[in-house]
Amino acid sequence: MLSKHKFLEKHSLALVIGILITVSIGGIVQIAPLFYLESTIEEVEGVRPYSPLELAGRNIYVREGCYVCHSQQIRALRDEVERYGHYSLAAESMYDHPFQWGSKRSGPDLARVGGKYSDEWHRQHMIDPRSLVPESVMPPYAFLQERALDYSQVEAWLKANRAVGVPYSDEMIEKADQHLRAQVDPFSDYYDEFLAAYPKAQIRDFDDNPRQISEMDALIAYLQILGTMVDFETYEAEENYR
Amino acid sequence: MTQETNKPVTSVSSATSGGDVMGVAVILGIGLLYSLFAAARASDPLMQFHSFIFLAAFVAAGFALIVHVSNPKPKSQSGYEYGVVKAGVIASMFWGIAGFLVGVVIAFQLAFPDLLYFENLPWTNFGRLRPLHTSAVIFAFGGNVLIATSFYVVQRTCRARLAGGLAPWFVFWGYNLFVVIAATGYLIGVTQSREYAEPEWYADIWLTIVWVVYLLVFLGTIWKRKEPHIYVANWFYLSFIVTIAMLHIVNNLAMPVSLTGSKSYSLFAGVQDALTQWWYGHNAVGFFLTTGFLGIMYYFIPKRAERPVFSYRLSIVHFWSLIFIYIWAGPHHLHYTALPEWAQTLGMTFSIMLWMPSWGGMINGLMTLSGAWDKLRTDPVIRMLVVSVAFYGMSTFEGPLMSIRAVNALSHYTDWTIGHVHSGALGWVAYISFGAIYCLVPWLWKRESLYSKAMVEWHFWISTIGIVLYITSMWVSGIMQGLMWRATNEFGFLEHSFVETVAAMHPYYIIRACGGTLFLIGALIMAYNLYRTIRGDVRDPEYQSALAPFRGMTPAAAE
Repeated sequence: MLSKHKFLEKHSLALVIGILITVSIGGIVQIAPLFYLESTIEEVEGVRPYSPLELAGRNIYVREGCYVCHSQQIRALRDEVERYGHYSLAAESMYDHPFQWGSKRSGPDLARVGGKYSDEWHRQHMIDPRSLVPESVMPPYAFLQERALDYSQVEAWLKANRAVGVPYSDEMIEKADQHLRAQVDPFSDYYDEFLAAYPKAQIRDFDDNPRQISEMDALIAYLQILGTMVDFETYEAEENYR
Repeated sequence: MTQETNKPVTSVSSATSGGDVMGVAVILGIGLLYSLFAAARASDPLMQFHSFIFLAAFVAAGFALIVHVSNPKPKSQSGYEYGVVKAGVIASMFWGIAGFLVGVVIAFQLAFPDLLYFENLPWTNFGRLRPLHTSAVIFAFGGNVLIATSFYVVQRTCRARLAGGLAPWFVFWGYNLFVVIAATGYLIGVTQSREYAEPEWYADIWLTIVWVVYLLVFLGTIWKRKEPHIYVANWFYLSFIVTIAMLHIVNNLAMPVSLTGSKSYSLFAGVQDALTQWWYGHNAVGFFLTTGFLGIMYYFIPKRAERPVFSYRLSIVHFWSLIFIYIWAGPHHLHYTALPEWAQTLGMTFSIMLWMPSWGGMINGLMTLSGAWDKLRTDPVIRMLVVSVAFYGMSTFEGPLMSIRAVNALSHYTDWTIGHVHSGALGWVAYISFGAIYCLVPWLWKRESLYSKAMVEWHFWISTIGIVLYITSMWVSGIMQGLMWRATNEFGFLEHSFVETVAAMHPYYIIRACGGTLFLIGALIMAYNLYRTIRGDVRDPEYQSALAPFRGMTPAAAE
């Protein structure tokens, strides 16, 4: 057997092909089934694509590298469920391009942070984390409050997401700009239409500054929806056992 | 086993026919046009900034190409191409120190969070600097070390000049352009948020082009070889180049928002995306930081110890089993998550199996010193190489341990993982790189010896103390935090709030930052030592006194 190895040592292309075959097997066996198995592609009631403002907030979350310190994945362990809430379902991140599960908790998990704190708490915490949590090691993000959100590309964001499988309708894409602005204005004409398109979306001026739509507005809108889409009062895990 | 000899190449390799100049010119031309287009029509200021960097690089490269073509110096085409290896060594040291420095900064930021905070400039926040640190040490430092050593080793073990004329230089500069785009991108806020694959789609496409040329240069040199067999180090380098190409392409599949914009959305989402990313992430460790550096081990340790590789059979067995098993280990990053349990179990099982081929490699490296163990005492460079293999053994034992689901329940999301990574990164990757560079610099610049052996000793001991401080403090803080998270009181309620666990880690974060600082100081000593070596200096007096104790019977000792 080992003497046959000489062939590979003398033929570089055979060696390259041998390597390619050897390193392909594991990935194919593990990853490919995830696109077909029920447990990983099931749909759960309540999970919907992000609203334009939430998506803008998510872009900021990605840009600032929040995933470096905050996970978004509650493991099925007793202490985690006690601390953070129901363990994360695969479906809850089905529209996350890319996923934000993270790998390190220098700060707490954020998978179900939505609704746990007030907007004002988030705003103050982002501006000066240690004013609320003295032991915190989070960097301050005061600039988010000052910076106007650049949403000139919002239609293109939704289109790109649709291209990779997020079910945004033509109308959602067309009205992305109006929908984004409607989410920070409880008196807008698009109120009902927006809420019909994005159920459970929260509509208010998140950063307490009606003069501009800031990056803070977007980020808080995103944080406040995290983990709140599925109603665990009515969710039945057994239904999904297969 | 070592088939490589010191004889220079005898026959004149086919002089570059100009195909390389044409190829590089075409890539530069297309790149120039595209970056001009993107700079003019950029849909966001970040893309505009990056387009200008690309544009400047392509214009500069164009000028360099014109100078090269119009100055047909009768450059010797026989002999080895060492210029690009020298450039790679210098770039490695530069990026290494930059990467270690950023690491020290972010370590202090975790201990003192207001460090380097500017009211309206988010560039220096931890979330942006941390990817800068990881990419700078893995891809900028590690990548340049791999490019430099692979270009050296493949020439020497094939007894053939590097193939492709200008192509190796294209690989070197193209790769470093990618590094600059990636690094500046993190600072200004361009990231895909995929760990160790943060650069956006356009940087990924550029790296793919560079990588294909890298593979062709490497294979082309193997095709010209004067030796019948391909040496074992080159199998490892090949598997590194080929597999990284596969991982890079699949993990970075994404839909750009606009062809002139910096933002993209990944092709996969949620659980599929998570496993794809950790299939990539774990194998960036496996194929970038392991097989590539095992290639270094298989050349530089036998060479420095002047002993053949311990076992030819073992190298075959451990090569194929290592690359087969490594690919399966990714799911151990996703224990107890929404990933199906069978996938987690597969990942765990293969991670534990991985222990064996890893230690096969370690044994092959260490036992190569059979009959030359005394060199550990006299030669600090070989000590560095051997200690790196020992660290490799340690972290490839710790890794399988941490991949066990029950252990991972405690260790995951904590600093234990960070400590584990650094015992591999500082102990194994950086030490084997330092050892190889200490060997290479006198060889490349044709110096008798290093400027100072004592400075290598200082480097070795200072940085070893640094590593020990680093990994022990992270063990303590990681295990402590994991235990605090799960502690419950007598009524069954959680004992600690999250922030209590953060406060408890403060002293360990300070110790860790000090350990990192020592490691940085060691690298600075090294850089100075290499600089003086390249200048041709030798610290004479030290040379006499340093050798004296080992000569045994000096007059002083006899008294």
